[in-house]
Amino acid sequence: MDQKLYIEIINNSLPTDLNEIPILKYDIFFDQIMAFLKDEVKHCVAYYGVESAGKLKLYCCIADDNNNSIKVFAHVINKDKPVLKSLTPVCSQLHIFEREIHENFGVKFEGHPWLKPVRYSHERSDKSQIMDNYPFYEIESEELHEVGVGPIHAGIIEPGHFRFICNGEKVLHLEIQLGYQHRGIEKLFIEKNDALQRCVLSESIAGDTSVGHALAHSQLIESLAGIQVSEALQIERCIALEMERLANHIGDTAALCGDVAYQLGQVVCEALRTTIINTTQFWCGNRFGKGLVRPGGSNYPMSNNIMDEMLRVLDDTDRRYSEVTDLIYSLPSVLGRFDDIGILTRQQALSLGAVGMAARTCGILRDIRKTHPFQYYKNYPVRPVILETGDVLARGMERNLEARESVKIIHELIEIWRQKIKDIKKPVYEYKLKPNSFAISMVEGWRGEICHIAITDNNGNIAHYKVKDPSMHNWLALALAVRNQEISDFPVCNKSFNLSYCGNDL
Amino acid sequence: MFKEIKVLKSHGRQYVKNLRTQPVSALFRGRPVISGDITKDEIKTVSAVCPVMAIDGKSRSIDMGRCVYCKECSFLLPEKIRFTNDYRISSNVREALIIKPGSETPVQLDENRVRKEIRRLFKSALKLRQVSAGGDNSCEMELAATGNVNFDSGRYGIEFVASPRHADGIVITGPVSENMSEALKICYESIPEPRIIILAGTDAISGGIFEGSPALDRRFIEENNIDLYVPGNPVHPLTFINGVMDLLGIK
Repeated sequence: MDQKLYIEIINNSLPTDLNEIPILKYDIFFDQIMAFLKDEVKHCVAYYGVESAGKLKLYCCIADDNNNSIKVFAHVINKDKPVLKSLTPVCSQLHIFEREIHENFGVKFEGHPWLKPVRYSHERSDKSQIMDNYPFYEIESEELHEVGVGPIHAGIIEPGHFRFICNGEKVLHLEIQLGYQHRGIEKLFIEKNDALQRCVLSESIAGDTSVGHALAHSQLIESLAGIQVSEALQIERCIALEMERLANHIGDTAALCGDVAYQLGQVVCEALRTTIINTTQFWCGNRFGKGLVRPGGSNYPMSNNIMDEMLRVLDDTDRRYSEVTDLIYSLPSVLGRFDDIGILTRQQALSLGAVGMAARTCGILRDIRKTHPFQYYKNYPVRPVILETGDVLARGMERNLEARESVKIIHELIEIWRQKIKDIKKPVYEYKLKPNSFAISMVEGWRGEICHIAITDNNGNIAHYKVKDPSMHNWLALALAVRNQEISDFPVCNKSFNLSYCGNDL
Repeated sequence: MFKEIKVLKSHGRQYVKNLRTQPVSALFRGRPVISGDITKDEIKTVSAVCPVMAIDGKSRSIDMGRCVYCKECSFLLPEKIRFTNDYRISSNVREALIIKPGSETPVQLDENRVRKEIRRLFKSALKLRQVSAGGDNSCEMELAATGNVNFDSGRYGIEFVASPRHADGIVITGPVSENMSEALKICYESIPEPRIIILAGTDAISGGIFEGSPALDRRFIEENNIDLYVPGNPVHPLTFINGVMDLLGIK
């Protein structure tokens, strides 16, 4: 067979000509994707629809962790109200993507077990679907009861609705309804035809991952505009990303302690997170790194002064964080609440296509820094932290170990940075994007794999923009992890995943 | 036991002694200052780059309720526009967030427009319910930080509570997504009267970068009286605490 079935892209590389992506008949498209996803080193990073000129084009991007490539498959639907055979029964990790395509374009996926709305997007094809009539799964029984939580939760967090079906105190089933945070981001990326607006937008996809999403966006623009950035800037971006990871991991350690009423751990870690985000503020004037990452250059190039302050804070934080986590993870009262709670099995994680920490705590090596390296990680091999047990304890320890690893990475990157020529330019806001192109950009944010994909038109304007936050893959993992757990363990399970609502809802 | 003592010793004292005067890093992007001699042409240049139309050509002013604090205007014309690290930028008057050329004065609260019952009832204890309505989780994390060991707003009785029935007011973050608008309204109506509304962050105040998105429904904000505007992208915990202290008349 000589026919080319897909194109292969290397992460963060030059864009591909849109016309080079072969259009497959659906049965071939189906078979190819099914065959590829059987292999556990491959997973779907994005599968979505693009509407233009009355046609709906489906793109499926599959990352191959063995050879650092992303394979792109395409299929075109010509007719109205299409019906396709669902891939979900054979590759369950596609469930959420098919749901999204169904919601946005009305494609009916025959055989999909759970074709429910994803986020009630403003652009959804069926406007009679509203937040209030979400079709929750129900079990008829006099012995069971339902518990509804949200959209507004007790703490200061984002909104989402959780519906539990419980047998006594035990959770039989949890269904998570999202969409409350939908702001129409993907549409705004196209409408806002201004480079700076898009940067600000990318930082607002999920504010706790400002650096991660801004970097994914900047990489994408640099790829489409053919902009090269210096090694010094690449290192600075990696440092910013590791600072973000560090702050969030320490913050999550605090929150995990809070959820099991271990106040000392909570208070100490909250204070440690403050020192890290204040250092980011010292660098760029914003505690979340907003404004730090821009295409082509930086408004806040690293200086020796900032670096010295950063190293001072990191050494102090590393020492104090080690002390407190040694304590936290040796206390029976904490371990009793973490150990063997909220287990996600390796098999479940694989079948859901889990990414980031949720995958790495089930013994699966999924870390874009390692498998599809970007920026300076291309020259600097990271050492992913892989744990096996998939419970709350593993996800807590993952943060603990990754945070300490991030400190080491920043130290080492700073040493490399010192040797480099500091030729960092100003950000580039006037650029010409390559017309008729398809470009993909992936970043390992603190939660996991972030993916931005853009398609340009004949004039080099952005015709379509796709954002995928790691949370999109992982929300169902949370729902599965709390099955057969006490409902009182839900908060600590939820916190151990700490997924993004706004990243999912867009 | 010894481990705990060691941790506590390293932890030391982390609280911010004076929330009114605590210095923040020089680069923090707070209240902007526009040079009095900025020309119409210069304003035109900077307003063209502003991603959120926060710079008005006619009055040559910057609206902190729209500003996303990207500082690009200042990078373009550093001699004419600078961002100070003044974080005390909240007000109960929307117009007070608009910075005019030549103005170096801190943002003021209009004492006369503070509802009398707010100070009478809430001065020693104000319990707030936070609602994120399309917020990106940065403002939410900063609001959560107001109660942490560093900022400890609880020392003034300013605290967040779990139920609107226990609250004296609502703090809204995010541009108010259409999908969240109903829940926001229900939450507000569950708060016993008198109740206050605080908008935290540029997204809540004006919609920020999301302004004009059809996926928003900002009628709640437009139809209700707002007691306090707290600008920022995201709001700094000190901006929030100082704003609320001013509103309550705490010195």
